[in-house]
Amino acid sequence: MDTWTRRKFLTTSGVTAGAALAAGATAYTVDRLLASGAAEPRARDAKILVLVTLYGGNDGLNTVVPASDPAYHDLRPDLAYGEDEVLPLGEGLGLNPGMKGFKGLWDEGQLAVVRGVSYPRPDHSHFRSMSIWQTASPSGPVPTGWLGRWLDTAEDHDPLRAVSVGATLPPLLAGERTAGAAVQLGGARLTAPWQRVCGELARAQDGVHPLQARAAASLGDLRTVVDRFGNEEREEATGAPQDPDEPRDGAEGEDDGGGSAGSQGQLAAQLAVVSEAIRAGVPTRAYSVSLGGFDTHAAEKTTQTRLLGQLDEAVTGFLRQVRGENVVVAVYSEFGRRARANANQGTDHGTSGPVLVLGEPVRGGFHGDQPGLDHLRDDDLATTTDFRDVYATLLERVLDADPGRILDGHDRTLAFL
Amino acid sequence: MATLDERARVHRLLQRTGFGSTGPTGSADDAAGEGWDRALDRVLDTDDDPGAPPPPDLGPLPERGKAGDEAADGARQAYRRAVREQREELTVWWLDRMAATERPWIEKRTLLWHDHWATSVQKVKSGRAMLAQNQTLRSLGAGEFRTLARAMVQDPALMLWLDASGNTAEAPNENLARELMELFVLGVGHYEEDDVRQAAAALTGWSVDRRGDGEWKARFRPQRHADGAQTVLGTRTDFTATSLVDHLVAQPACPRHVASRLWARLVSAENGPSDASLDRIAAAGDLTAVVRAILTDPAFADPANVLVKQPVEYVVGTLRALGIRPARLEGKARGQLLRTLGGLGQTPFAPPSVGGWPHGAAWLTTAAARVRIGFAQQAVRQGNLDAVRSAPAKERPGELARLLGVPAWSERTGAVLADAAGEPERVAAIAVTAPEYLVQP
Repeated sequence: MDTWTRRKFLTTSGVTAGAALAAGATAYTVDRLLASGAAEPRARDAKILVLVTLYGGNDGLNTVVPASDPAYHDLRPDLAYGEDEVLPLGEGLGLNPGMKGFKGLWDEGQLAVVRGVSYPRPDHSHFRSMSIWQTASPSGPVPTGWLGRWLDTAEDHDPLRAVSVGATLPPLLAGERTAGAAVQLGGARLTAPWQRVCGELARAQDGVHPLQARAAASLGDLRTVVDRFGNEEREEATGAPQDPDEPRDGAEGEDDGGGSAGSQGQLAAQLAVVSEAIRAGVPTRAYSVSLGGFDTHAAEKTTQTRLLGQLDEAVTGFLRQVRGENVVVAVYSEFGRRARANANQGTDHGTSGPVLVLGEPVRGGFHGDQPGLDHLRDDDLATTTDFRDVYATLLERVLDADPGRILDGHDRTLAFL
Repeated sequence: MATLDERARVHRLLQRTGFGSTGPTGSADDAAGEGWDRALDRVLDTDDDPGAPPPPDLGPLPERGKAGDEAADGARQAYRRAVREQREELTVWWLDRMAATERPWIEKRTLLWHDHWATSVQKVKSGRAMLAQNQTLRSLGAGEFRTLARAMVQDPALMLWLDASGNTAEAPNENLARELMELFVLGVGHYEEDDVRQAAAALTGWSVDRRGDGEWKARFRPQRHADGAQTVLGTRTDFTATSLVDHLVAQPACPRHVASRLWARLVSAENGPSDASLDRIAAAGDLTAVVRAILTDPAFADPANVLVKQPVEYVVGTLRALGIRPARLEGKARGQLLRTLGGLGQTPFAPPSVGGWPHGAAWLTTAAARVRIGFAQQAVRQGNLDAVRSAPAKERPGELARLLGVPAWSERTGAVLADAAGEPERVAAIAVTAPEYLVQP
């Protein structure tokens, strides 16, 4: 159970979500939470956002592929897909051959491809770039994530409004006063006496350090989460918790390409939890899941094909399960990769990439311009769409929020919703 | 600024330079009586611990077998099994060493450097190469940073992890050069993109020799090296791997970066050092002097600078307090222990990324709380609770505070413990999940 639970980019060079979480430590207690209106089921027409983070920097040019552009083949002869291999989308672009499910959704008008998305002066560091994406602060990381600030705008400070499936919380969900809840796959049953102990240990205590208050609150939150998400073993539904060192998906030995910036995980199992929660009417409006291993400095084709295949299968299956529930899935990565290949059939860190938005409420098709391969700078793609435009659209049209309040005044939206 | 009294300061020193209790021979509380100066000298005494469990003898991995070749299926399975077994043996060995050692600082320091030069067996595969790196971090972790950095840039596990083998003149691979600057030596903001590309050129030609059954070795192949001079941080010369490291380490940003990273693990992840403190620490000298400067900084004695225990510290501290030795657990219990660490998000030899593990409140999630409750119940069944059992019920909470190195339970936790004190296992398990134990004062 370890690889997918790793919240990879909460590190020294990244977001100081710790401080934000600590500051929010005493903002809610279990009683206040239970007394809040959040215990009511989600309104039927409320939309749900499922954010899929691809850790490691997914190669956008081999995801939405300009297969008919000769310059593309010149830049990466060994890595390029032929025009007859990709799944055609029009305008000279095609999806990676592993993404058949996404192609089906495109044909039904339920896949929006937002092209050339990044922020001004893109940074090539995984950690810094992911921090910028997760905090939506283009000038450099700030202590709160964009969904955390959205949580802050709600009056009840309910951590269950945003849920991350994993052991640690991504900075994305850290607000100033509220932090989202982390829900784990599987795990032990919590007996009634232990639930009571959790509640008692969570009682606020005067004069303790915020971090200790946060530790206490996490026990109280656990009781709440167990209450709301049910207290049954999930092993059968999602696969037994594995030895942390057990190879997954039979991928052992094949994943040499993308390891050092976050490793692969069980996206399908994470989405199974989300699907169950949605169908149970849990009031959560935003979910965060992730898939790692996209740092393909070497042997990119094998690794990326396998990962995009996992993404395609997991997301397509998930959307089938939650049909009619008003779910919008958005897929992004901290950067795309260098247009020119390196010597070991891989690519180094790059700049802009496509954001994929899927679901029944979505207005399918292309949004934003494809960055041209004829004006690269240091072999890097230009940015044609500001990432805050994507966030503003999701905040306004999925989460019914005022984007300006959350994105430091930025309220320009796109037409994909 | 409030300041801890000497006893509390010694207590904090032993907690943070170790794993929460001084080991099988006594609790942190017993040792706290020895006085600050003596305790500090004793901790930083770099003598080896000859009695600590010696490393396992890990051989080479078998041939991997080609993907897609059905005839090689058996070989592939054998390879995977060997990878898994080496990984488990290696991880259990280190946990056991942490749990048993009389000199916990050596292991804690090695863990800090593992976090700094974060390399994962997930990609490296070879337990033997990971062990060799672990030994390098252990033996060089108290000396000159430059010596450590020189060794690490040619460490086969790190090189493989960061794709050094694919770094050739014709198409340089920037992974190692970038992380060298960003994470290992300088920190963001102290170099430009061009410096990364030029440094990558300087490192071209280096790869890992994995032929035969011997240990992996760094190997230089001149025909793959980019000829000519590179310009890195304003200096133009024909850099070698070693002269590049020396050049980076000589930058003023280097000691400040290294000091800041150690500070986050030893003092506070939220409150960084003041400029004056950072100047002083960065100028202290070798790594032992740097750590000494951090531990003697006034901020170290500030009660506000609490730390959340990393999962390894939390788990190993509990094992030490209850006298549990991972190497002596039977297979199923070992598996549970490894799953606990996985569930908490920190398995030694498998950091989530080259940036290392998270800090502080990131560990304080609902999901982790659930895993800790499961672990506490297992640990009290496996461990030695004699001291708790033999104490009268009303003294058991105090006895557990002593065992676990908790200065005092809060009124709230004290009441919960008092309620359960009639059942030794139950009261001990609750103590192990209490906020006062998880967050170090």
